[in-house]
Amino acid sequence: MKKNWWKILTVLLLVFTVAVGMLSDVPRLAILNETIRNLYFHVPMWFGMILILLVSVVYSIKYLRKPSVRNDVIAHESAKVGILFGVLGIVTGMEWAKFTWGEYWSNDPKQNGAAIGLLIYFAYLVLRSSFAEQQQRARISAVYNIFAFAALIPLLFILPRLTDSLHPGNGGNPGFNAYDLDSSLRMVFYPAVLGWTLLGVWIINVKSRLELLRQRLYENV
Amino acid sequence: MLFKEVIYLMQKDFLLELRQKYAFNGMLLYVSSTVFVCYLSFGLRSNVLQVPVWNALFWIIMLFTSVNAIAKSFMQENRGRLLYFYSIVSPQGIILAKILYNACLMLVLALICFVFYAFVLGNPVEDIPMFLLSILLGAIGFATSLTMISGIASKAANSSTLMAVLSFPVIVPMLLMLIKMSKNAMDGLERAASLDELLTLLAINMIVITVSYILFPYLWRS
Repeated sequence: MKKNWWKILTVLLLVFTVAVGMLSDVPRLAILNETIRNLYFHVPMWFGMILILLVSVVYSIKYLRKPSVRNDVIAHESAKVGILFGVLGIVTGMEWAKFTWGEYWSNDPKQNGAAIGLLIYFAYLVLRSSFAEQQQRARISAVYNIFAFAALIPLLFILPRLTDSLHPGNGGNPGFNAYDLDSSLRMVFYPAVLGWTLLGVWIINVKSRLELLRQRLYENV
Repeated sequence: MLFKEVIYLMQKDFLLELRQKYAFNGMLLYVSSTVFVCYLSFGLRSNVLQVPVWNALFWIIMLFTSVNAIAKSFMQENRGRLLYFYSIVSPQGIILAKILYNACLMLVLALICFVFYAFVLGNPVEDIPMFLLSILLGAIGFATSLTMISGIASKAANSSTLMAVLSFPVIVPMLLMLIKMSKNAMDGLERAASLDELLTLLAINMIVITVSYILFPYLWRS
């Protein structure tokens, strides 16, 4: 129970996010209207993705310093969960864009950057699957993972800010904190970020334990 | 020490190139036939292509040329020679030498490509020094990121497919900046307008070189 308190916290935070996020009062704004509630689902996906991919990079670095199956498995599983969050982020973003910008895909630099970022990580999965030998696969995909993360950062955070973008917080647009006059959005937003990220960590935890057990089973058979 | 190694390794690469004329002549033919295919498939006389199309086509040709040229940089070395290098030089020396060599190779190829392309498809560029600067930055940028990727891909079984899959997403940000910068040069905008792109390109190059320098020893060990 002592070790699992954060799982209970995750459930509570997500229940809070969904319930309060759907029911509470939100600022009445033109164009955005009720879609502003997507703030609690779309934005945390990207926060979660970046944090989880950071976890993946940290474990890749740890693998290069001290090779062990555990570090490799955690790096791989967190990259996969990061990709899941990225896909969800892009889907919720497209849904939101349909109602506010008028199109699912409007060739916006932020959208394109996110799509390319996902391609980089899909390439990571392809790279992993093209090695038969376990140690070589682990080392080379760790190298690529660090390289890919270094390429992802300018793509998501620097390039969209240099060009004209419809996305809030880019191309001279104000971020969402400008709409949040009485901090009522923040009350739900921060718990949402924490909740979704913890959920990602939980998935990584379960999946990497399963993967490690499976590998131990294969060794013994 | 490192500097000396880099110089020696580059000398060796240039010497091999000079003797075999393997990569260079092949790539030269590749560039010229691609440009000629573009010319034929658009089916037009010079100076009819619109500026954005001209620009995009040029950088797409450059992209494929560089992927093909640089993919060879680790695959052409045989196993015995790699083992020999492993025992006498540091991995940092190897990656820096390869990056510098590929940058030189790409620069020459890009200049030839530009001259031939402008000759065949017309030359709408107004600010040529600025366009040449964007070619220089492009050659260096492609060389840095693709050298590392080709090192990664050469370890795998299906390396030529992997080379394309791994390199395109990584290179897209650089390509976007280059296209914007060379578009500015083609329209003859004042040079201060391209400063943002120039600095971003330099920053991306620095990141990629640093990461390659740190990571290559781990790749080399296997």
